[in-house]
Amino acid sequence: MKSFVREFITQSRHVTQELRHRQLIQTALGKYEVKRDEKKAAFQNWPAARQAAAETKWEAINHLDQHLTDFARRLEARGTVVHWASTAETARDIILGIVRDSKARSIIKSKAMTAEEIHLNDALEHAGFEVVESDLGEYIVQLRKEAPYHIVFPAMHLTRGEISELFARELGSAPTESPEELTMIARRALRQKYITADVGITGANFAIAETGMISITENEGNARLTAALPKVMITLLGIEKILPRLEDLALFLPMLATAGAGQALTCYNSLYGGPRQPGESDGPEQYHVVLLDNRRTQLLADPEQRDALHCIRCGACLNVCPIYRNIGGHTYATTYSGPIGSVITPHLRGLQDWKHLSYASSLCGACTETCPVKIDLHHHLLQNRRNSARQKPSRTEKLTFKLAAVVMNRPRLYAIVKKMARLFQPLHKLVKGSRLDPAYAWTQTRDLPTVPDQSFKDWWRTRA
Amino acid sequence: MNEREAILARIREALTLTAGKPGAHGGGPGHHEPAVSPGPGSARQWLPVVGDSFEERIALFRANSAELKTDFYLLNTREELAKLLVELRDIEGWQRIGSHSGSLTQPACETLALPVCRTDGSYDVHELEKCDAGLTECDALIAQTGSVLVTSRSAGGRALSVLPPHHVVLARREQLLPDLPAAFELVKTKYSPNYPSFASLITGPSRTGDIERILVLGAHGPKKLTILCL
Repeated sequence: MKSFVREFITQSRHVTQELRHRQLIQTALGKYEVKRDEKKAAFQNWPAARQAAAETKWEAINHLDQHLTDFARRLEARGTVVHWASTAETARDIILGIVRDSKARSIIKSKAMTAEEIHLNDALEHAGFEVVESDLGEYIVQLRKEAPYHIVFPAMHLTRGEISELFARELGSAPTESPEELTMIARRALRQKYITADVGITGANFAIAETGMISITENEGNARLTAALPKVMITLLGIEKILPRLEDLALFLPMLATAGAGQALTCYNSLYGGPRQPGESDGPEQYHVVLLDNRRTQLLADPEQRDALHCIRCGACLNVCPIYRNIGGHTYATTYSGPIGSVITPHLRGLQDWKHLSYASSLCGACTETCPVKIDLHHHLLQNRRNSARQKPSRTEKLTFKLAAVVMNRPRLYAIVKKMARLFQPLHKLVKGSRLDPAYAWTQTRDLPTVPDQSFKDWWRTRA
Repeated sequence: MNEREAILARIREALTLTAGKPGAHGGGPGHHEPAVSPGPGSARQWLPVVGDSFEERIALFRANSAELKTDFYLLNTREELAKLLVELRDIEGWQRIGSHSGSLTQPACETLALPVCRTDGSYDVHELEKCDAGLTECDALIAQTGSVLVTSRSAGGRALSVLPPHHVVLARREQLLPDLPAAFELVKTKYSPNYPSFASLITGPSRTGDIERILVLGAHGPKKLTILCL
């Protein structure tokens, strides 16, 4: 159990010192910041837009049962099969069942964080199916057998040189330093996959209760091809993706684009409301929507942190987080990284195993300030700390405070301890910063303040 | 109890406790912003400004197109449209095109005099993949964002506007809408309750920034987007 913490600390220490990593993050996020501010400024009133978005999501999440049943009913009315999955395992079984029934061989997938969450690719590959990620960034990390580095920019940690080497090794392409040529190599490699794939799997950014549609936001067109060509289409989404009305998208789409990537609007914002309908020329014969709970209802049951379900996965809180920028995405070892990941992972995967993420924060509040739906992120980190201490109090901490209380309440004893501290402090130099130092956790990177020769009390007593 | 009922039961159980309204940080007072109560069309007051006249709107659409690297042409006559299409065909060396039937696409296809893969009914996707351009109509142009609204009914299905390397949109001036709220309003009034199974707001040619955040056009969808507006 302890290993998650230990791994986190080791990795953090390693990555923070890597100059190359710092450089990549600075370039990528520096460009983002400029564009984001430019697009935010174009809004007539960004703060009011945030408040409206927060209230809309509040409405959706706090009437989730009603909206979900409406959403499912309207999809079903037009020929979609809606599946409900309490756990990751159920969701995987449902999808495997659909893939087997359709006698598929190859599967094309567009980006879906929920699929990462339930380790869908592993399950499909294990069952003997070929799954190809079609988003360029996801395709790159899939070839590297890695998890995405960032919710929105999966291959942010790689240079073009590394990507060129990867493509040369895996696809046999000629090395190139041009991002454009690299993109075209991937485009060519994936084109045939779309046409031959039997099943297309997508995620969703929003689920519209009013009309029974899912909305997918993307720049590349890979999700559109995934939803257009294979004869079976599956969409996997968390139950929290609900928006009540179609017109809510008029606010949420530009806000997602601005907060997420510094764009006024993402290149393709597509709505899907069913399989190919009578009179339509293409689209899947079968459309399946899988609604995933996977402990989201547990988070819903915590009214204090319920607003974490308002998250639209724009990644803005990662981009501004001093911790994320220093330790990078993989160090978290979670599906969802950054502040939002630190808040929700303890709910999704166990508080005691993942509480350390809530401590790895300066509580600066940059995440809360940037969040387009006003999730109270940094307070939730504090609440996670409180909840974990309440659930499993630390014995050392308890003992320390008890001892301190004893000393503080007895002035004479306190004076003795002070004298002892003055006496022993010179000896501390011998072990300072080494493993023998009782204050090692602090002194390995910092100085311990010295006890002054004279306390205020002493000075007061001896003043002329 | 099946999965659906189990999940809904957990949701209802969870919602017996009330959550505070958004904007009150840490549950404390002092930070609460006045409620803005989002209602129909209310997003308009917060989104980027759009002018009232046709000229202002078309100028905004033009400026947005330039930023997005969309080629936008406002044309006055069908002859101008035909001339431009022929020019495009010759410059890019189109051999075959994909299209669907429509009052703008039909004459355009005749002008081009090329083999056409039609996506009105069932079609062969391999044929469409070989096309040099996809010629479609649309539901609307959106000034605020420089977007084109297409649906499976207005633009020849799902693939025609994304599979060929060049997407050419034929639109009419009357189709220019001011903003996103107007676009979703149109989808509702035009199609409800019998919605097409696919609708998309296309904002510029396909793009990616996945390699060192450097913009590359034509990731998986069209490398070029041309909008010809009569």
